[in-house]
This record gives sequence, C-alpha cells and structure tokens, in this order.
Amino acid sequence: MQLELRKVSKKVGKEFHISDVSLTFEAGTLNILLGPTLSGKTSLMRLMAGLDQPSSGTVHFGGNDVTGVAVQKRNVAMVYQQFINYPNLSVFENIASPLRIAGVAGPEIKKQVAKVAALLKLENMLARSPQELSGGQQQRTALARALVKGADLVLLDEPLANLDYKLREELREELPRIFSATGSIFVYATTEPSEALLLGGNTASLHQGQVTQFGPTIEVFSRPQNLITARTLSDPPLNMLPVTKLNNRILFKSHLEIPVLGQLPQLPDDDYTIAFRPHHLYLHRTSDKAIAVKAKVAVTEITGSESYVHVDIAGIRWVLLAPGIHNFAVHETIEIFMDPDQFYVFDRNDALVVTPNAVANVE
Amino acid sequence: MIQKQVNQKAWFMVLPVFLLVAFSAVIPLMTVVNYSFQDTFGSNQFFWVGMDWFRDLMHSERFHDAFLRQIAFSSIILAIEIPLGIAIALAMPRKGWGVPVCLISMSLPLLIPWNVVGTIWQIFGRVDIGLLGHSLASMGIDYNYTQDPIAAWITIIVMDVWHWTSLVVLLSYAGLCSIPDAYYQAAKIDGASRIAVFRYIQLPKMQGVLLIAVLLRFMDSFMIYTEPFVITGGGPGNSTTFMSIDLVKMAVGQFDLGPAAAMSLVYFLIILLLSWIFYTVMSNVGEESKNGGA
Amino acid sequence: MAHITLKDIAHSYTGESDNPYDYALKELNLTWRDGGAYALLGPSGCGKTTLLNIISGLLTPTRGQVLFNDENVTRLPTEQRNIAQIFQFPVIYDTMTVFQNLAFPLKNRGRSKTEIEPRVIELARMLGLEKDLYTKAQHLTADAKQKISLGRGLIRQSVNAILFDEPLTVIDPQMKWELRSQLKYLHKQFGFTMIYVTHDQTEALTFADEVIVMYEGEIVQVGTPEALFERPEHTFVGYFIGSPGMNITPCELQGNRIVIEGHEITLDCTYTDQPSSAKIEVGIRPEYLRLAPPQEKGLPVKIIKIDDIGRHKIARVAVNERIFHVVMPEISAMTGDHASLAFDTAHTNIYVNDHLIAGERP
Repeated sequence: MQLELRKVSKKVGKEFHISDVSLTFEAGTLNILLGPTLSGKTSLMRLMAGLDQPSSGTVHFGGNDVTGVAVQKRNVAMVYQQFINYPNLSVFENIASPLRIAGVAGPEIKKQVAKVAALLKLENMLARSPQELSGGQQQRTALARALVKGADLVLLDEPLANLDYKLREELREELPRIFSATGSIFVYATTEPSEALLLGGNTASLHQGQVTQFGPTIEVFSRPQNLITARTLSDPPLNMLPVTKLNNRILFKSHLEIPVLGQLPQLPDDDYTIAFRPHHLYLHRTSDKAIAVKAKVAVTEITGSESYVHVDIAGIRWVLLAPGIHNFAVHETIEIFMDPDQFYVFDRNDALVVTPNAVANVE
Repeated sequence: MIQKQVNQKAWFMVLPVFLLVAFSAVIPLMTVVNYSFQDTFGSNQFFWVGMDWFRDLMHSERFHDAFLRQIAFSSIILAIEIPLGIAIALAMPRKGWGVPVCLISMSLPLLIPWNVVGTIWQIFGRVDIGLLGHSLASMGIDYNYTQDPIAAWITIIVMDVWHWTSLVVLLSYAGLCSIPDAYYQAAKIDGASRIAVFRYIQLPKMQGVLLIAVLLRFMDSFMIYTEPFVITGGGPGNSTTFMSIDLVKMAVGQFDLGPAAAMSLVYFLIILLLSWIFYTVMSNVGEESKNGGA
Repeated sequence: MAHITLKDIAHSYTGESDNPYDYALKELNLTWRDGGAYALLGPSGCGKTTLLNIISGLLTPTRGQVLFNDENVTRLPTEQRNIAQIFQFPVIYDTMTVFQNLAFPLKNRGRSKTEIEPRVIELARMLGLEKDLYTKAQHLTADAKQKISLGRGLIRQSVNAILFDEPLTVIDPQMKWELRSQLKYLHKQFGFTMIYVTHDQTEALTFADEVIVMYEGEIVQVGTPEALFERPEHTFVGYFIGSPGMNITPCELQGNRIVIEGHEITLDCTYTDQPSSAKIEVGIRPEYLRLAPPQEKGLPVKIIKIDDIGRHKIARVAVNERIFHVVMPEISAMTGDHASLAFDTAHTNIYVNDHLIAGERP
C-alpha cells in the first residue's frame, strides 16, 4: 500500500493553503510533516484523509485514484492534539468502538483490543473511564483506537502538543516502536524539529503550503536543499550571515571577511547566505581554520549543562550553544569562533550550493 | 480497492426538498405575484392592472402609517429587549445551583405559544377582572388598553418584552460563558473597571451572538401579528394596526386580494432587504474575528 | 517592587481538612528576592499553578500568609496587589489597537495622556511592536499577542511581580527562542521580580536564576539550573530535568565502591554504610556516560539502538535488564552490538530512598 499525492493544490478563496504538493509515502513508514503553525500541515492531512477535496491534483492509494472518495470509504484513522475519547465509555469500549462499527465478532474484538492495549501499555486501564486517566493515558487510548482499526493510513495531528514535556519524551521514544509494529502508513504533524529528529522516519518540511524538501529526517536535517528547510529544521534557530563574493573575497558588509576555502572558490561572484547551527559557533578556537568575530552579548540562557548565548553582530542575532555554564553580562563584547568546515552556503535563490565538509565527509 | 466514481445519486436526495419548497413557498409566492398585478370583481374573473396596486400602495396613507408604526414598534422592542437581555445575562450566576434555576425560568416564557401569551395578557390587563388592570385602576391610574392607544401600546410592548427578552438573555449568556476566565483575571490585574470589562471584553466577545439576537428579534417583532390581534385586534382605532394586521384586514376582512398581494410582496421585500443588511453586517464581523483568530 | 514571602502556605480546594491528600499544595515556606527570576517547574497537577494563583491573589490559601515586602497581602484582592500576570493563551482586548492595549492599565489608573504616550512608544520599541502600534490587536500572530500581554504588565513600572503561567504554550518553536531571550533581556532591563510556571524544563532552566521543582504538591528542590542538573536532591528531579533524564539504577554500595549488576565501579567519594532495607540507587546523567570499544574498561553493555537527533546521538544500552541512555557527540561512530560503558565518577550521585546523600572526599 502506498499513498501518493500528485501535484495537489488546495485553494480557499484567493489563498492557496496547499500548492503543488507531490509526495509518496510507503507502507510501514513514519512520515513527519514539519512546519510552523499555518504552514499547511493540517490542510495536507485533511486532503490525505479525504476530509477535503483538492482544488487540483490527485490522491492515489495503492495505485488507485481516490481523489473524490469520501473519508468514510477510506480506511483512515486520525488522532488529534486534543484527547478525543468517548467520555461515557470505558477505555476498552473506546478502543473497541471502530471494531464494533465494523461489525467484528465479540471474541475477535477482545483479542484485537488486548493486542493494541498491550502495545500501548493500557492493559491495566481497560475498565476505567477516560476521565480517570492522565493526559498521556488519554492520548494513548485515542492512539489505540486509531491503531485497532488496522487502518491503511493513520494521521496524527500534533498528538503530543497538549502533553507535559516529560510525557512527550516518553511517548516519543515509544512511538517508533508502536508504529513499526503495524504496517500502516503513519503521517505525523509537528511544529518541533526536535520531535521530528527524535521520531526519525521521513520528514517533509513545509512552508506556506509547499513541501520544501522530503527525505529521511536526519538527511533533511544535515543536507537541507534550501535555506527555508534548514531554518525549519533548526531549533535553536539557524545562524545566518548574508555575504557577497567579489574577486575571491567573501565579505559581510564591511565587518567581516571570510577566507575563501574549500568549495567556496568555485562559486561565481554573487550574494550568498552562509548558515550554520548554534552548536557550531564556539567560545574557543576549535580548529586552525576557525574565524574569530567580536560580538555583543544580548542575553545568556543556561540549561544546567549548556549555555545558549544570544549575540548581536552588526544587527544580526545569532545563538551560540556551548557546553558548560557561561554567564556573560548583557552588552559584554566577547570573541566567538565559527568553523568554515561547518558552513552551509545558499545562493541568492536560497538553494544550497555548498554542503559543510563535516557533513560531506561522513559518507 | 476503492475506485473514484462519479456519483449523481445525491440529486435524488435533494428532490423531496425541491418539491416541498416548490409547493410550500414558490407556488404560493407566484400566486401572490400573480394577484398583485390583477384585479377581480369576484367570481374568479381577473384582469391585468399592471403596477397600479403598487402605485396605490406607495401613496397610501394607511400603508405609510402601518409601516411607521411597525418601525417604531420594532425599534422600541430592540431598544428595550437587547439591553435588558444583556443586563439580565450579566446578572445571572456563572456556576452553582443558580444556573439551572435561572436557565429554566428564562426558557419558560419561550415555551408558551403566541396566542396563549396574548390571551394571558388580555385577561391580565382587563380592568374588570384582570389582576393588573384592576390593580392599576384601583391605584387611580387610568389604564384601559381597549380605549387608550398608549395603554394598548404599553401592554403589547410589555408583553413582548416578557415573552422574548429571555431569548436575548439565553443567547447573551451563552456568549458570556464562552469567555475564558483568564480575560477577567487579566482585566482585574490591569485595573479595569466593571464598565471597562463590559465595554472591552464582554461586549466584543458577545458581538456574534448579539447580532443573531438583534436579527431574530427584529424580524420577529417586524412580523408581529398574534399578540395585538388577540388583545385589541389592532385597536383602539388603528393605533396597534401593524403591517401584518393591516395586511390580514385587507386580504381577509375586505377581500381586496390585489392590493393585499401587492402589500405582502412589498412587506416581504422590506424584510428581505433588512435581513440582507443584517446578514452582510454579521458575516463581515464574523470574518474579522476569524482572521484575528487565525 | 517587592520581595515575596510565603509563610506556611497550604491549599486545599475542598477547604480546611485534616487529610493530607486533600491538599493540592502541602505546607511550604519560600522567600523570593526582589528582582529575581524564578521558575516553578513540575508536571501537570503538581500544584504549581495553584501556588501562582495564591501569589497573584486569584486564590486565597487555606492556610498561611503571603507577604509582599513585610505587608500581609493574603486577603487582598488581585487588583490591589499590584502584580501582572501573563496567561497560557494570550489575553488581548480585541477591539483595541496595540497602542490602546498597552496603554490600558495606565488609563485605568487615571494617568494623563502626556505620561502614557511616550511610555507606550518606548515599550513597544523594546518589545518590537512599534510597527503594529496602530493595528487592531486581534489581527496579530500568537507571539505578537503574547508580547502585548507581557507589555501590559511591563508598562506599569511599579508592579511588585510579573507572573507567567506557561506563556509559550501556543508559540511556535522558533518564536519561542525569540520571546524567551527577549523576556530574559527585559528582566535584566527592568529588574522586576518574575515568576514563571512551566512543565517545560528548557523554559524553566533558561529563564530562571533559581528553579523551584514541585512534585505532588510539594517542593522537592530549589536551586540554580546548574545545581538541578549536577546534583539533583531527589530522583524525581534527576528524572524530570534533562532530556533524556538522569539514569537511575539500583546498586550495592560499599564505601567508595558501587556494584551494578555484578560490575564494580570505584567512585570519587566514600559513603557511610546504609541500612540493608534502604533503596540504594546510582544516578548519572546521559551526558556523563561514555561508550567505548568493548575491550576498554567499563561496564559491558549491549547497544539496543542509537538515534541520531542532529546535534548529538542518543544511545540506549543495556546491562542485563538495566537500561542506560548515553549522549554521544554529533560525529561518532560505534560499530557492533557491544560496548563498554564508562562512568564519569565526578558526576555520579548516590540516592538512598530517592534522596541524594553526600559522600566524603578522601
């Protein structure tokens, strides 16, 4: 079974909520839709489910065009951000409800529910009512109901957003195991890059209704094809530096000259954006190639083991992530270091032209 | 696997509604339109008069009076019921045992049929046997709705307020209940006065339901018929002859089918026009809050 | 501005009771220094919001007193306490412009127009709202709305404290960074006492100078982010702070040696003997564990899986049934199923019945 969107667009009024999206999801895979609020995650899910019809383009399931087919006729399950359960039914009946609707026989229901409940660690909760459960357990129940159907396509719309941080962490760790235990196509929407990375699978980075890149999550993280994908995948935010290459010199305003090393000499003269992640900005010289810059500290955040130093350089805000505790005073000027081996370079159309050596060398 | 298919079955589902609407609305309306351009001297003989009835109507003092009376009545009703409804809703408890008590007592008037309300007040207000009328009379207040136009108006207005303010209350209350607690807490912290809380939190958040309330009350009061009919039959004199009563008098009482048809069309168009204005205002406001919420 | 003292505070939503289980907040004493940045951290239902509402005056505690400076404000209503509060969902006055929203608290207090205007404009500049000053607040994005809520608190220069109730819940991750750092910056600029309630450890640790960790209506630890990370006083703090949380594993303890699943590790400190009935556990952060090739010294472990989460990798390894999380550097290669697990003994803590015990350095 395979879900395929072919050039799907959704226009509401004059606005394109989804524009020209083509994606293919294979059976038994976890596919993450990553993007900020209003980037089109939910709209795209509704199109996949058949809750909405695309304005143009087609949706194919297992090779068949299902574009006009109503959601009731597709084998789809959905889990929402809110914990949606039947309040007057027990957890068992909640999980069993899709099977009851399908007219499955009693003993078979018991077997199926027991299997899913074990997978989601709900065995001891089956007799309770959903209101007696914690948020995490309620969401597990909703998830169990989606899984028990044996749906071909399971859509999860920010399912962990309403849970406590630690519960999220636990479920995130379990989800890939739960997903791999079924053969369904999972589509998982989230706004958090860290969640996508923890879950693994494939990620489609979304921006204003368009898919900017689709591939294995870690691949999208380490080899973003364009600036917007790199930014979508960065939390803390990506550090950026607009530069101009002119006659073998790379300049940022007149503040900074970047040595032309590695693949940089091959680039034609033009405007570029250099980008690198906060943990690739250092408080100490890490290599001979490192470039030192003077920056003014805006604020320092300490997490206990690491420090996020927010600095300003000629009107640009960067974040530096350093291990250990570093407490700088506001407006203090410090020296920071960047490593050209870790630079992503994007051209004036925001397309990737240079992959960092550090990433390129991994292969 | 599921195949995409063109499904035209849905049209058959819509057919009964089509027929129903045709028989209950379109055909009667067409008959009225037909009548409005013709005259008859009975025995089913009709002849074409063109726009005559409409022209007459536009110059008819009787129609003007009824129309002005109607506008005045609806304005008074809105001016009383909307603020009063909001005030009662604001005063209602937000939690505890008082909630069901208030809600039930508020919905009671709404459950009583129009003509029963009319009859209740008709008897209630009688000077000879009515509790209200007799009490007022014995207090020396000159109150007699069958003779005094002002008394008749007051009776009908009080009756309508009694009957329909609950609707505004319930709608406003629903609007108020949907305001999260955080808003009130923030207002307290910002040092907002009671009036500021109403002006900047409650009123904006109630806007949607209030527009529905205004629309419903306007349309209903504009079409009022049963109550004045039961109480005074449009009197004393013509003082409570609202448009619908006038229409019925003309159509059924005098059997002037042509003019009555013309009038009912004009009446219909007025309501349609006003409803359209309300609808436009309402959907604009809705659009605005939707954008804000996104 | 004021320092805040909570004296013997306890709260039960069902009123005075002898049953300790009725208390959403068990008896506690706390002092908050003027101008400090504090965070109340804990899972939902731990009583952190109850505590916040007691400070703001939205709740009156069943027992105890709230003091602002040395004035007892326990029975004072919210509006007389002169505090500001920012809620989970942005509260803005829809019909007003951004300017009017920011000016509202001053206007309510009868300040003159000439006083209000420059302050609103100055504050809007600091918040980055100057472009939108004259647009209707309801048309803005969630993060801008939350800035307005914050601005309404900051505009009154005399506030005793600014309270935050999970203010970043509805904000996108990238905007969270901007808002958080701006909040911290504003704190340094204005010097208000700020109390921040959250279940998100990153928010709590990055915001606060001092974090109060709560669990089931009780305070389990008060400390700097560093202390909470390095030396959690309770296993709950170890588990709750850090992502993944601290590895906590039963062990046997003898002087300066511990035995985990039959493997001995020598620690830096020596501990006194514990009663045999005590539950003894060793706690170590995933950041202080290191995976080495199997032939090197350390606990022999089986690698269950390694997740690459971008800036580092997280390995799940097992010694028999005991699972450990290990944080590995971004570029690190580990081949095979087996490895050796090395402990950084300087950062290894011992817990007896869930509480940290101190050892003696030789």
